[in-house]
Amino acid sequence: MTDIQKLENIIPQVRRDIVRMVHANNSGHPGGSLGCTEFMIALYFEVMNHNTEFSMDGIGEDIFFLSNGHISPVWYSVLSRSGYFSVSELATFRKLNSRLQGHPATHEGLEGIRIASGSLGQGLSVALGTCQSKKLNNDNSIVYTLHGDGELQEGQNWEAIMYASGNKIDNIIATVDYNQKQIDGSLEEVLSMGDLKDKFEAFGWIVFEEERGNDIASILNVLNAAKAETKKEKPIVILLYTEMGNGVDYMMGTHKWHGSAPNDEQLEIALNQNEETLGDY
Amino acid sequence: MEMKDTRSGFGAGLTQIGKTNENVVALCADLTGSLKMGDFAANHPDRFFQVGVAEANMIGMAAGLTIGGKIPFTGTFANFSTCRVYDQIRQVVAYSNKNVKICASHAGLTLGEDGATHQTLEDIGLMKMLPGMVVINPCDFNQTKAATIAIANYVGPVYLRFGRPKVPNFTAENQDFKIGEALYLEEGTDVSIFATGHLVWQALEAAKKLKEEGILAEVINIHTIKPLDKEAILKSVQKTKCVVTAEEHQMNGGLGDSIAQLLSRELPTPLEMVAMNDSFGESGPPMKLMEKYGLTSKEIITSAKKVINRK
Repeated sequence: MTDIQKLENIIPQVRRDIVRMVHANNSGHPGGSLGCTEFMIALYFEVMNHNTEFSMDGIGEDIFFLSNGHISPVWYSVLSRSGYFSVSELATFRKLNSRLQGHPATHEGLEGIRIASGSLGQGLSVALGTCQSKKLNNDNSIVYTLHGDGELQEGQNWEAIMYASGNKIDNIIATVDYNQKQIDGSLEEVLSMGDLKDKFEAFGWIVFEEERGNDIASILNVLNAAKAETKKEKPIVILLYTEMGNGVDYMMGTHKWHGSAPNDEQLEIALNQNEETLGDY
Repeated sequence: MEMKDTRSGFGAGLTQIGKTNENVVALCADLTGSLKMGDFAANHPDRFFQVGVAEANMIGMAAGLTIGGKIPFTGTFANFSTCRVYDQIRQVVAYSNKNVKICASHAGLTLGEDGATHQTLEDIGLMKMLPGMVVINPCDFNQTKAATIAIANYVGPVYLRFGRPKVPNFTAENQDFKIGEALYLEEGTDVSIFATGHLVWQALEAAKKLKEEGILAEVINIHTIKPLDKEAILKSVQKTKCVVTAEEHQMNGGLGDSIAQLLSRELPTPLEMVAMNDSFGESGPPMKLMEKYGLTSKEIITSAKKVINRK
């Protein structure tokens, strides 16, 4: 298998994990999780220099922060499938006494997670702090983040966006999951974001747009292009056009699966559309 | 008596710890002068982060700086350190158990002329409710300086609250500040006065006047509201059998509330509180405000007599 094929082979398995985890609790957020599956696989299985022997300080490692913590299913799946913790632990998602909380937390000591997220709009600020910490430590690694697009309606993001360019933070690659949907409807219906590219550029960021945000090869290309622009005194953002619910046909093209779980029948359909490539948990 | 502001105690402490601990970093939201963080900023420009008027981003960045081993001290007014950023503190500092020191100046009424928008009297309550958060309200310059140094050496989230006006500097210079350990300032048998922050000096003044009337008050400085020094409080109350609490904070959620909770569980005792009684402040000179809202030695004396009669 080529490297791309190896990554593509992981995709249906992570999708299976996501829908099974959400189905088992009749709660969770499958739409955004499925939409970011390819991106998360690209990061953890190819792009990031990271150590699955987890250390909170992550010295000398690239670090990832998930700001839109509700898409925890995809993160948990990718963390476990890349070796941070046992895949069998995915069965505990959202259950009592689990380390896999509904939204990611450090409280239970889950390997791979460095900050709690869930209350939106806070991840970029945390990431900027870690960027500064890495600079003080002469650590050349990169800090990656993922944000929902609707999440950018939270004002704290814009405090952070302003800080980053004003202080020449150039060891960050932020990605916006630009599926243009949020809980109550489309971005346009709920609160128009205007031209996000223009907005980031006006704030002094380097902006990449990737319209094939669910295609592994395209994601790798844009991440590598972004990496080449780090250490140039400017922060970097990727607007990643994704399809919410990608890979499960009835979850695509709608905002309705943002935070709803499939029933037994719907689960069966989703699983039939995604082959078990690495073994279910 | 030397008069000094507690915020300068913070500044002096930060300057000192900055020189000896290179992991200490500081963030400020456009109030470097007010917080007395200028020396630290000048001594360590690479470890000082001016974030602008953006407190939410400051708290998030502080949490992020701990990843990689830094010990961040954030500085702004108490209102903007707590009320404005409560959810940020809750999620990325307290729940995530990050080693962030939230340092808050201009707490309470004694902020003075700027008025109620800036006079937070709710911050102790907000912070003490967060699991794992240490809450410290030192009483003078020397104690604030010592507390600032002590919290750098403690691993975990801390809220350090201090103020703007010059007040008597009466505790020992270069004292050994022990987080969570109450300080006996005056021995007595008739009433226990537990005071924090600017009210500690008022409690000592009250005890002096009570003594002239033959009433022996025990004055204990509770600089750490959480964790509370239960042992010291119970020991004193077993002897005196009545209590006055004194603080520059709302009655709801403050020191008095914590002590009442402890005593009602373990040693039910008559108790009076000198605190803000469910009211906002207003503009005015600090000490005049304290008089108007009943936060002086006068009310401590009245409360002491009242509570002794309730024994």
